[in-house]
Order: sequence, then C-alpha cells, then structure tokens
Amino acid sequence: MSVTAPAPVLETAPDALPEAGVGVRLEDGWRLNPRVALRPEPFGALAYHFGNRRLSFLRRPELVTVVRALAAAPDVRTALRESGVPEEQFTAYVGALSTLAESDMIHPRKEGQR
Amino acid sequence: MTITAPRPQAPRPQGGTLVDQFELGLDAPICLTWELTYACNLACAHCLSSSGTRDPRELTTEQCEAVIDELQRMQVFYVNIGGGEPTIRPDFWHLLQYAVDHQVGVKFSTNGVRLNPERARFLASTDYVDVQISLDGATAEVNDYVRGPGSYDTAILALKNLQEAGFKDAKISVVCTRENISQLDEFKAIADHYGATLRLTRLRPSGRGADVWDELHPLPEQQRELYDWLMANGEDVLTGDSFFHLAAFGEALPGLNLCGAGRVVCLIDPIGDVYACPFAIHDNFLAGNLLADGGFAEVWQTSELFQDLRAPQTSGACTKCEFFDSCRGGCMAAKFFTGLPMDGPDPECVQGYGESALAADRSIPAASQDHSRATPGRNQPVMLTLGKRPTDFTPPTSAPVSACAENPLAGFTP
Ligand code: SF4
Ligand code: SF4
Repeated sequence: MSVTAPAPVLETAPDALPEAGVGVRLEDGWRLNPRVALRPEPFGALAYHFGNRRLSFLRRPELVTVVRALAAAPDVRTALRESGVPEEQFTAYVGALSTLAESDMIHPRKEGQR
Repeated sequence: MTITAPRPQAPRPQGGTLVDQFELGLDAPICLTWELTYACNLACAHCLSSSGTRDPRELTTEQCEAVIDELQRMQVFYVNIGGGEPTIRPDFWHLLQYAVDHQVGVKFSTNGVRLNPERARFLASTDYVDVQISLDGATAEVNDYVRGPGSYDTAILALKNLQEAGFKDAKISVVCTRENISQLDEFKAIADHYGATLRLTRLRPSGRGADVWDELHPLPEQQRELYDWLMANGEDVLTGDSFFHLAAFGEALPGLNLCGAGRVVCLIDPIGDVYACPFAIHDNFLAGNLLADGGFAEVWQTSELFQDLRAPQTSGACTKCEFFDSCRGGCMAAKFFTGLPMDGPDPECVQGYGESALAADRSIPAASQDHSRATPGRNQPVMLTLGKRPTDFTPPTSAPVSACAENPLAGFTP
C-alpha cells in the first residue's frame, strides 16, 4: 500500500491480548476518551485519536458495543453484561479494554462523571 | 460510472486478520490522497501524476469544501494532499484551515516553493497538519537531476524555515531510485539535522515515471541494499508501507503487507475523478467522478471497479511462491504500467521472476491523460527533455530516435 496511516497502526482484539488486569477492572467506571472517534466498519470499528493521531482497530462488533456502553454503565461489568458478553469472556474483554486504555482510547471515570 | 442496483454480495466473513478484512474493503478509505491541482512549478522526470499545467475543470473552492464536508461525514480522519504543487492554488491555505476545522487532518506534500518563514510560522501554529517535503537526492546533483535545477535548494530552505518556526517533525519524502539508494545514510543525516522524519517510498512507473522507470528503478542488488538498510534503520523511518515486495527477501517489513488500492487506499484527482490509487491514474483504474456520480461516498462504496478490487483476486504464478503471504504479488500499478499481467509477479520481484516477465512479450499501456507542460519550463530537469512520451502512444516502428536526432520528422509516423 503506497500511502498509509501517518499514525502507528495498532491492532486491538480480545484474542490478541495477554492476561487481563492492566489498568481496567470490572468494578470501575470507564468511558470513551472524548477526543476519540469511532468509525463503524464491517469488522467492528476504527478508532481515531485526535490528540496523538493514532488509529486502532476494534476487531469485533461486540467490542464496539461494549466500548460504546461504557459511559452509561456504572462499571465495566455492567457494560459487558448489557452488551451480551458471556461471563467466561469477561477476562478477554477486560484485556482488550486495557489495551485501549494504554493507548489512551478510553479513560477511567471519576465519581459521578459520565 | 453509475451503478443502479448494488451487486449481490456474499455475507462478509468475520474475524481473520486485519489484512484479510482490509482486502474486502472498508466503508471509507483509511488512506486517501487528494491531489488539488495538476499545476506545478517543477516538472520532475518521474512525476506520478504527469503534472505541469492546471486543468481548467479543477474543482472550485466551494466544490473542495463540499468534498471536505463529505469526508467529515464519512469520518475520514485525515487526508494526504498533493498535486501538482498544492500550495500554488490560491485557496490552498484556506482549504487547509477548512479541513482542520472540520476534523479532517491534513498531511500535504510540497516541493517547498511556498514555505517562506511566514507560512512556516502559520503551519507551526496549527494542529493536525503534517508537512512532507519532497527530496529525491541527498545532494543537489542527484536531486536536481530528476527534480530540476534549484529544487534541492528550495526543499532545504523550506526545511530550514519550518525548523526555525518551531514546526515539529516535518517529513522528508524520498522516492528511492538507482541514483540515490547509496545516499540513505545521508538522507537520514539531513532529516536528523532538521528535526524531521525520513520517509522512503518506492519509485513506480506511473505518470511520467513510466518514461524513466527503466533508467531509474533500483537494480536488484540495490533492492537488497535498501532492504538491509530498512531492516537496520526501519524503526525511525516511514515507508508508507510501500516496500512490501521486499518481504520476499526474508522477514516482512513492519506495516501493512497488501495492495490497498480501492480497498483502503484511493485518490481524488483535481477534477474530482476517483482512482483506485494515486499511482494508478489511468482509465482502467477510474472508479467514477464525485461531481458526476453522486459524491465521493457513492463512488467509494458502489463503483464497479472498487467492488472488483475487493473481490478475491487470482494471483497466478505468485500463489505458488513461498513469500506470497507477505508479498502478495507486489504492486498493481507497477505491473500495469510496465505491461505485466495483473495476476503475476511484480516487475521488481526480488525472487527474480519480474526480470524474466519484463524480458517476455509485453505492451506498455498508453497514458490516458497528461498535464505535462508542452514546452519545457526553466525548471525542467535536463533528463526529461530526452524522454517525453507522446500522448498517443504508438509502438515504435524503428529503433527509438536518439536524443541527438535533428531531423524535424524524427519519430513521426504518418
Ligand atoms: S497499486 Fe501499488 S501503490 Fe497503489 S496501493 Fe497497490 S501496491 Fe500500493
Ligand atoms: S513470485 Fe510473486 S509473491 Fe513471490 S516474491 Fe515474486 S512477486 Fe512476490
């Protein structure tokens, strides 16, 4: 491909991730960084960070649903349940969310913040 | 081209690698190049868009703004602006600001002609703007041979102005040729000196590049030299993922290994024509026109050409190659403009299959458009005056006319 993303390309998928627990915990509230836009794509979504100009790829539609549900849910566990993610996959999803957190795509929510 | 009913499509498979998904195409491009004008102050011998003179049908300011509005709606987060020389459009700075104000980040390519200290200060004050200065030789001698007299000094002055204005991380964009492969370390030193990042890309036989490709494309041993250099220095150097055909030397280079044409890549040209790739400006790769065919999104999503490019491709002899997974048969444009079959090896296949293919029977396609100046300008590189191709290509009936032929009818076929 001749001309690519000027930003480093990050791949993000639950199955591509190490053990859960880096940063994101089931009992905390998170939300999409307001400087990040999600663009729906057939495989899931493309996330673009207007601050650091990084692109990430959310390679599962379910992960996109979860990310979008974060802000309205009291905690990550609720967001996962409401998005229909089976309990046994929670660890994998927490891992995926942690990767997104590391690249500043999602932010921890302070008390009372949506 | 207008499509009345969408073609029936198989349900899209989920999962697989990102490359698998990219091959099937996206709802909007990731890597969009938009050439604002075919006008240029230079006349580089290898210009991919055969630029020189302005096309009278060039999109107006309002039409350009409408394109940006549409890109914003499609969530195309950034666009690579080029030309021609985009900064010689009087509304260039306005459009730059308009794009940034509409969440469309801009990286623009320039030869530096308009980057005076004042413009450099303006650029340093903006967010979401990247500047890429073209430089095809680490010395004036090598650069000006293909880009024309004075162009080295112009580029270096632009880099200096950017640096003095506090612009961070400009890009120096180098097309790798037979003449400059030996200068890679020097290019890196120039980039370091100006606080810039080096970007190396591949020479393709596109536009006027077709006329000089035989003379300028790196020799097989230089391909190896380039590969080794990239393996050693690749981390700090951008490549636009353009060297994936070199993956067949062994280890794949970082980045996306696929031809993104019409799948994640495309080009909008100055008159609103949409092509599969900036290196494929030819009727065969024209998907439609955004003015005539209902807008860019419509062309991107429904054109017959793009649907075809997103369908599974056959790769002929390459499928049997052990490096197919990373090389994937190389660059579509490079094959097309050298007259090689689309479903075979790249002309620069590092396994050597390209050379035998080039030696076999082939016919080089005629250019379908050309905005080169008819009479050489003062900035024209000297080598170009020897090799301009007639617009209507007719196969030679005799040996090529030598450069010193004085007969006024030389090359004339009745
Ligand atoms: S045609 Fe060549 S330059 Fe264009 S996207 Fe494909 S590989 Fe890249
Ligand atoms: S044969 Fe085809 S896939 Fe193999 S290295 Fe050559 S161009 Fe690439």
